[in-house]
Amino acid sequence: MDYPLQFWAIQTLNSLSLGGLLFLLSSGFSLIFGLMRIANLTHGSLFMLGAYVGATMLKFIPNLWLAALAGGVLVAAFGALFERLVLRALSGNVLGQVLVTLGVSFIVADLCLMVWGGDPIPVPTPESLRSAVIIAGLPFPSYRLVVLGIAIATWLGLYLLMERTRLGAMIRAGVDDMQMARAVGIPVSRLFTTVFFLGALLAAAGGIIGGPIMSAYPGLDADMLPLALIVVILGGVGSLIGALVGSFIIGFIYTFGTAMFPDLAYVILFLPMIFVIAFRPQGLFGRVTT
Amino acid sequence: MNRTGRVAVAIALAVLPLVAGDFYINLSSQIFVAAIFAASLNLLVGYGGLTSLGHASWIGLASYTSAWLYLKMGVGHMISAPMALGGTTLVAGIFGWIALRATGLGFLMITLALSQVVWGTAYRWASVTNGDNGLTGLTRPAPFGIDLDGAAAFYYFALIITAFSLWMMAKFVNSPFGAALRGTRDQPRRMSALGHDVWLIRWIAFVYSAFWGAVAGLLYVYYNKYIHPTALSLTNSAEGLLGVIAGGSGTLAGPVVGAAIVVIMKNYVSAYIERWNMLLGFVFVAIVLFMPDGLVPGLRRLWARWRAK
Amino acid sequence: MTPALQIGGLRKAFGGLPATDNVSLEVMPGERRLIIGPNGAGKTTLFNLITGDLSPDAGTIRLFGEDVSRLRPHRRAHRGLARTYQIITLFSGDTLEHNIALSQLGLSKHRWNMFRPLADYADLYGEARRVLGRVGLEHLARRPISEVSYGEKRRVEIAMALAQNPRLLLLDEPLAGLSREERVGVTGLIAGIPREVSVLMIEHDMDTALDLAERITVLHYGSVIVEGTRAEVVADPKTREVYLGD
Repeated sequence: MDYPLQFWAIQTLNSLSLGGLLFLLSSGFSLIFGLMRIANLTHGSLFMLGAYVGATMLKFIPNLWLAALAGGVLVAAFGALFERLVLRALSGNVLGQVLVTLGVSFIVADLCLMVWGGDPIPVPTPESLRSAVIIAGLPFPSYRLVVLGIAIATWLGLYLLMERTRLGAMIRAGVDDMQMARAVGIPVSRLFTTVFFLGALLAAAGGIIGGPIMSAYPGLDADMLPLALIVVILGGVGSLIGALVGSFIIGFIYTFGTAMFPDLAYVILFLPMIFVIAFRPQGLFGRVTT
Repeated sequence: MNRTGRVAVAIALAVLPLVAGDFYINLSSQIFVAAIFAASLNLLVGYGGLTSLGHASWIGLASYTSAWLYLKMGVGHMISAPMALGGTTLVAGIFGWIALRATGLGFLMITLALSQVVWGTAYRWASVTNGDNGLTGLTRPAPFGIDLDGAAAFYYFALIITAFSLWMMAKFVNSPFGAALRGTRDQPRRMSALGHDVWLIRWIAFVYSAFWGAVAGLLYVYYNKYIHPTALSLTNSAEGLLGVIAGGSGTLAGPVVGAAIVVIMKNYVSAYIERWNMLLGFVFVAIVLFMPDGLVPGLRRLWARWRAK
Repeated sequence: MTPALQIGGLRKAFGGLPATDNVSLEVMPGERRLIIGPNGAGKTTLFNLITGDLSPDAGTIRLFGEDVSRLRPHRRAHRGLARTYQIITLFSGDTLEHNIALSQLGLSKHRWNMFRPLADYADLYGEARRVLGRVGLEHLARRPISEVSYGEKRRVEIAMALAQNPRLLLLDEPLAGLSREERVGVTGLIAGIPREVSVLMIEHDMDTALDLAERITVLHYGSVIVEGTRAEVVADPKTREVYLGD
């Protein structure tokens, strides 16, 4: 198996940008699960919906970043509404909440199919980033480097949010001990809606930012959701650093796996998951809950 | 249902192929497959308190094993059926061990992740599964030389298998083990303190549930004579779950009724509405929000209220 | 004589806070031991460590001489350990006799049978009714738990444990929330437990509990402050300090 340096370089960059996108997707999932104890199976569809909405927005707002923000906020608002009206009504009913997120994921997926049709919608790379950057004599597509940068910046932003702001302190308190958080007067229902909004925003923005790399296509949700699940299982629920590390591990395994063993790429993903579950069921950075 | 009711149902099932056309006979065969699928899933969900989103994996693994053995190795059904069942049950033992490292939501996520891995592999491992084209040219078994290609013949075959499967599941549920399983659903900590090995009970239930899921899988591939990765999709697992919650997870009969409703809805609705997935989603949300015990108890309550007026 | 229960240097901390702090104690066979202490003293944590619901950070637990510190909870039940819970944790959708049957099944090889109907096991239910008779509830055997009173549920809790024929019985606040008459009944029940069973009890109701206890261990902030006979503990100034903060 002789691969040229070019191959390793490209696949490494692809792994890093996929890892970045996975972080945008799974950080929200992990926060929602960690704080609200809801396995939000709609998360993959939010990513996909973001990609579609963003692609459409690009027709009116020619700037990818603004379209990502606008599309993200729109989808996140829908997500927050869903949380307030539906998930809230089922608080305490864990199975019900999961089934409802599953149901909504089907509705959203079919809605996208209905509105945007069955053909993949390509999302154009921003003009300024179409060129390649030469590092050590090898060309690297600029856009992928930027995606990596955005993911790291997002992580930094989330880290500062969690460690330096009141909102972050409340989230951390809620993740640690919900009963205590309620007891000290943290406005739990407003916190839930805010976190769900944030998680959905990250997923949807991730979808449009990933657009130039993945396009918007039916089935994007089904492709992304299991990856997010594996990232969170690997990294540990409710842990941002876990989501970051997990995302890049999966990004690498998935990219190299698909490139080198296309038939069995999914099986290879399997392995780190089993390894973690066997030896550290709470995930690499998760905490043991009794 | 009382004795007269049960006898009536038995007679109706026995004479159906004599009075109905092929469309209804085939529809009934599909209902049988779905009934075994939903009932086996309910062993975990209703009786074990463990919600799995990966039940379709068993259909897929059993079907693909049977198909592959026939197409690539020329193995007949007498051998491929036990091998498919055995192989799937073995994988279930491994998946169960992995998934039971966490209960509640962790269990759900792991079953979903595992089943998505199997689904993704079915699409990609084209050399074995033929990927998106699926495997065609499959045959139905011929027990005692009887040809099952006709609708009525297959119907009776499926009816016998379904009756046997449900009978076995009923024995399981009514046995001491079944009572212990229900106990672990309600008070796992207490069951441990009483001397029950909760983990082992759950693992056995998982494997047993998967075995009958595999039986449903074989019936599925025999009926269709074709297998495609969509059979392992999350949508398929979700339809099974819908059958369980629609019919009510508290009884053995509930999921059977629920499965029938889902199959009928799917067959009729898809003639008028293209968007089956969207409808599936709405039905899920509606049932969870308004009839959490299931359609059957919910409708019964409505019926009682209407009678009272 | 081998102690029924022997705890050595048991420690358990939650995030830096020691819930159980270097606890050692010995309960002899047939003894009636009472564990008291103000709220938060770590009494239930100690019970959870003994049953195996929590694993200790350090220390050993021996049941009739056998080291059970690493055994999972269900295995300890097979070694003769039984417990009741402070909060009622019965199977509320099932009948009283079914609850007791589940308790009996826990130690019976029949619990693995997946083919015979449970209803076939006539002796199981017969024995369950007998156990219910011991706590005066045989007439309610066929009623669902949800339909009986709180006091009756407390008796079922004890019956569940007695059905296991334990050698060591842990009673976690068996009198909690009971009315005066109910308390008399349950106290009589506990007093009537045969000497083959060693009893370790947590209780807040001092008047009644002191009658039942032969030896008392006082816990405070997770460690043993005073231990001795009833008279010794009552007289000890440290006991008063713990409760009245002198």
